[in-house]
Amino acid sequence: MNIRKYVLAGAAIGLIGMAGAAYADHVDDGQWAATAKDMKDKTVAYMPFSMGFDLAQGWAAAMQHSADKWGYKLVIQDPNWNTSAGVQALGQLIAQKPDVLVVQPPDPQSYAKLIKKALDDGIRVVQINMESVTRGDAYVGSDWYDVASTEMDLVEKACGKAAGKNGKIALIPGIPTNPGQMIGTQAINDKLKQYPDLQVVATQAAEYDPTKAHDVVLTILKQYPDLCGIPGTWDGQDVGTAAAIKEAGKTGQVYLVTSGGGRQAAACDYVANGGYSAYVSYDGKGQGRDLVNATERLLQAGSDKAGTHPFGLYSPLKIITKETMTTGSCWTLEDIKANGS
Amino acid sequence: MRSFKSIQFNQEKIVFAIAVVMFVIFSVTLKGFLTSGNVVTLVQSVSILGVLGIGMALTIIGRGIDLSMVATMVISVAWVLSLANHGLALPLAILYGLGLSLAVGLINGILIAFIEIPAIFATLAMGTVVYGFGHAALVESDVIFLPKAIPWFKAIGGSSVAGIPSPVLWFAIFAVLAFLFLRVTRPGRFIYGMGDNPQAARIVGIPARPMMVLQYVISSLIGFAAGVVTATLVDSMNTRVAASTLVYDVILVVAIGGVGLSGGKGSIRNVIVGTLLIGILLNGMTILDMPYTFQNIVKSVILLIAIVTDSILNPRDEQTSQQGDI
Repeated sequence: MNIRKYVLAGAAIGLIGMAGAAYADHVDDGQWAATAKDMKDKTVAYMPFSMGFDLAQGWAAAMQHSADKWGYKLVIQDPNWNTSAGVQALGQLIAQKPDVLVVQPPDPQSYAKLIKKALDDGIRVVQINMESVTRGDAYVGSDWYDVASTEMDLVEKACGKAAGKNGKIALIPGIPTNPGQMIGTQAINDKLKQYPDLQVVATQAAEYDPTKAHDVVLTILKQYPDLCGIPGTWDGQDVGTAAAIKEAGKTGQVYLVTSGGGRQAAACDYVANGGYSAYVSYDGKGQGRDLVNATERLLQAGSDKAGTHPFGLYSPLKIITKETMTTGSCWTLEDIKANGS
Repeated sequence: MRSFKSIQFNQEKIVFAIAVVMFVIFSVTLKGFLTSGNVVTLVQSVSILGVLGIGMALTIIGRGIDLSMVATMVISVAWVLSLANHGLALPLAILYGLGLSLAVGLINGILIAFIEIPAIFATLAMGTVVYGFGHAALVESDVIFLPKAIPWFKAIGGSSVAGIPSPVLWFAIFAVLAFLFLRVTRPGRFIYGMGDNPQAARIVGIPARPMMVLQYVISSLIGFAAGVVTATLVDSMNTRVAASTLVYDVILVVAIGGVGLSGGKGSIRNVIVGTLLIGILLNGMTILDMPYTFQNIVKSVILLIAIVTDSILNPRDEQTSQQGDI
């Protein structure tokens, strides 16, 4: 009995060994073997500003999928929205000397020195969704100016003179001094000059909190019952704006555009139920793919000095409305985890 | 002279007077302030703050404080939404969330009453534990959305009865219940006794330790209720609120209305007055379209004025100040 067991176990091990050998003997088209060799057993460190939001989780899932495929190691750090914790964690990551460092800076300044140190130490740096003043090897992410401009274009189309509307809009920024927000505000101001038919009747910050957004928008709607549009800030905040518009019985009358990573439950579901008139998506799944591509490219950069050929991959924007929405317009985390980006 | 002395100024009356004056000024100067629609919105925007304030007031009157209230609220409710989104029946998910907030309240109470850790430290630490544990083990994201198409759940915070939005009704219901609890029931009177003089309260036979546990269980459960109203109002739960200044805003509403931070003093009426002042301020500034940073300055200056006026009219002396006063 025992002998049979050993024989079976031996056979199983043999089979696994053959499978491994088969992997190593993957048909080489002249490129595959070199690509695989460049990435195997390397280390990639990933530190978003927080792991608590859908985009960062989507990016992580996309990179994990690539890491599993090519056999490199993915190390994740979560500073949980805390800049000083981020600075500390980034220092530790650099000390571990990963081959590629993927980092989302909270603002252009805080990580600048550390990113320079990483480059000096020969670590290749990918920055995602926010560019630090120190340029790394790659920038992958949104063009915040473009996001806000696109929102303003949509609002003008719905509320401007050409649409026969009064042009009254309200702005609900997150925190006015936030760096990403400041780029957006710049875009909004430029667009307001371009569209003199739009008139800002109120500007009230909501601190990225849906409850605050709900309260200020409800008050604004009482003051300006003929309000035509709101170029929103971020889906996590504007879910409250949408609730306030619905509560005031103005769904469909007030044109609400928001923006975000385009996750199914945060984007398409709300476009479908009429909460958002339009949604400007920077497509977290597509960003995941860009991120994976940039990382894989840098793992294969050979002896190039870190930071010598910086490049940018700006996310193409998707405008999602009831009319343009298809089953592939949004993504789910489960899908990226299972199938990659 | 005598007639002047008989008018007792206290913080509640001062704050009430400031609120009335501001209400009148806004009504006269701001077009659209004094409309029934806007006044309802005004109260609605501070209703959840008010409900949290009631829970906080119960602990402060009993000479405690619950700094973990907001963290418990966001994590327990976000967990409910997350469980429901993953397919658990909503009533069962609500029971889980209720159980979690009950457990946090119990642990708070035991730490404070039996292990005798000062409330301010025990609940401060507990808030961090709940938030950290919640994010590590219970909820996957910062913002959890409401499960789709469950009308009765959405109606809790997102409906209205005879034109009055449900959060306002919840504020009223909790205010009446807490008022009756404090005024009419025996445990309610015990809380005042314990807050005023804990040693004396124990000597006369009040079961001080179990009562303290009860206090924190109640504040925790009120937090859960406020969370359910918030989530159903805005279709989501933003757990990052736990790291915001909300818990201090809650304490502010309680303290500004005149609930003494040293315990034993104040009532639900104080909380209502404090909440209304903040509501009038926020609403007026929104209509004025005042910039964000300027709003923060105005808010803090008015609060300072209220406190300074109180200390001028009611100077502290050996009789009025107590040990343990914050």
